[in-house]
Amino acid sequence: MLPRAIRCGAFLLIVAAIVLYAVFPFYWAVVSSLRTGQALFSTSLLPRDFQLDNYIAVFAEQPFGRNILNSLMVAGLTVGLSLILAVPASYALGRVTFRGRGALLFAFLGVSMFPQVAVLSGMFEIIQSLGLYNRLLGLALSYLLITLPLTVWVLTAFMRELPREIEEAAVVDGASPLILIWRVLLPLMAPALVATGLLAFIAAWNEFLFALTFTLSSETRTVPVAIALISGATGYELPWGNVMAASVTVTLPLVVLVLIFQRRIVAGLTAGAVKG
Amino acid sequence: MVGPPRPDRPARRRAGTVWLLLAPMLLALLLVAAWPLLRTLWFSFTDATLFDLSAARYVGLANFALLLADPEWWRSVRNTLVFTAVSVALEIGLGFAIALVLNREFPGRGPLRAAVLIPWAIPTVVSAKMWGWMFHDVYGVVNAILLQLGVIGAPVAWTASPDLAMAALIAVDVWKTTPFAVLLLLAGLQMLPQDYYDAAEVDGASALSKFVRITLPLMKPSLAVAAIFRALDAMRMFDLVYVLTGSNRETMTMAVYARQQLFDFQDFGVGSAASTLLFLVIALVTAIYLTMVRLRLSEHGALAG
Repeated sequence: MLPRAIRCGAFLLIVAAIVLYAVFPFYWAVVSSLRTGQALFSTSLLPRDFQLDNYIAVFAEQPFGRNILNSLMVAGLTVGLSLILAVPASYALGRVTFRGRGALLFAFLGVSMFPQVAVLSGMFEIIQSLGLYNRLLGLALSYLLITLPLTVWVLTAFMRELPREIEEAAVVDGASPLILIWRVLLPLMAPALVATGLLAFIAAWNEFLFALTFTLSSETRTVPVAIALISGATGYELPWGNVMAASVTVTLPLVVLVLIFQRRIVAGLTAGAVKG
Repeated sequence: MVGPPRPDRPARRRAGTVWLLLAPMLLALLLVAAWPLLRTLWFSFTDATLFDLSAARYVGLANFALLLADPEWWRSVRNTLVFTAVSVALEIGLGFAIALVLNREFPGRGPLRAAVLIPWAIPTVVSAKMWGWMFHDVYGVVNAILLQLGVIGAPVAWTASPDLAMAALIAVDVWKTTPFAVLLLLAGLQMLPQDYYDAAEVDGASALSKFVRITLPLMKPSLAVAAIFRALDAMRMFDLVYVLTGSNRETMTMAVYARQQLFDFQDFGVGSAASTLLFLVIALVTAIYLTMVRLRLSEHGALAG
């Protein structure tokens, strides 16, 4: 047995290494985004004299504000549609016994494994024939493929855990299922809705393949596509300062959200996978 | 726990409205999942082009024959398999190690768990750009640190050189997705029954033998589920490759190949055929996974509804 102090020190060292590994790339992006000119090429690890030039440039040289707004609208629309469709469905799946329930849950788990590229040409055809090519509504529609199985599955798991007595009282009072969901279950479900909505929001906010394929003009691009397609004036070297500033701008809110809602996100993420 | 709700009278009375509650969601899934999947399958047997989808004519297995004769396709298959195998192995190994650390009681565990989650929340495109900058051949911080430590003698072109580009991709993917493995494995660790460990304690077992004899066997199902989840994700990898190394032949995955055929070469037939093959591979792995889940659940009687 090693002395306690050494074991403690080794453990601390491991913890420090894990934190450094997880956080350093984001830290480096923040530091780089605040450096301009020659300073950008310095590899000194500590930050010195901050400049906001890159942030100003990224909003001035392209419709980046518009791109952020696009992403917010698409992700918001996706979350709204997903929750509206998933809440009644997960009530049925979570609290009523009926034939085919198990098979349906398995089917959703299967759909959530779908590679997006497997539906790419068929989805392109739908988007085009509905006249939604290069429109944000088309993106939100296609994102349901990703968010619906996720929200249904997670909400079903949460629905299970609500106490049944309240629901029974409402049914005895003669309330219809929709009234029951709206008046009784939804308020109790608020934490679950926040967690599920957040997961769906992050999925939609981060999506790249559909956004790249179903939009054309820089005014309809979402944030990931805009960042991926930032190019320099000469086309020879990327304006890395701008790229880092854009990256930090869209990531900082996500990091803050994750830190605030950490527990709920973990509960939501593991509800589907581990507890099966 | 997705166990069955206990059957009772109100539940039975509502059974008729069940399908009404499910219908909107099922219709949406038919529109965005089933229909486009079937159309993609149909396109893979036609000569459709991006400009005129309606003029598509049935050409049998011609697209698949073309695909199977294309060395680029086979290279992308090999790349996908190498990427999946290596990155999943590293993610599960590293994820398990971090989960074991997080499973211990120590001050600051909450903030540490939050810090570990950060890479998961960062968009893949942004991770690719952040690491692309860190891997920069002239100004990159990775080269600077390695030079200073004397690991390398001269700056290395991580994302451009054929041998290193795949290693760089895997490094970024491991960083980005290990948090997910950590969460799954940590949840598994926290469900392990404590009495085994208490009994081992009484017998005076060492920490190592407790790990090998108790933790590892009990964690096997969790490890398998995490590995399959990660593998399914790795096999369809698109955005990281597209942004970090572009259409570099050395790192092109099956998903990048399929999209290139569809939209860069405007060949909907061959592109859809590539999509379909990728789908079949993933469907096979998914089927294996679902069978495993079903077996585990029926052991607990959880899905007897």
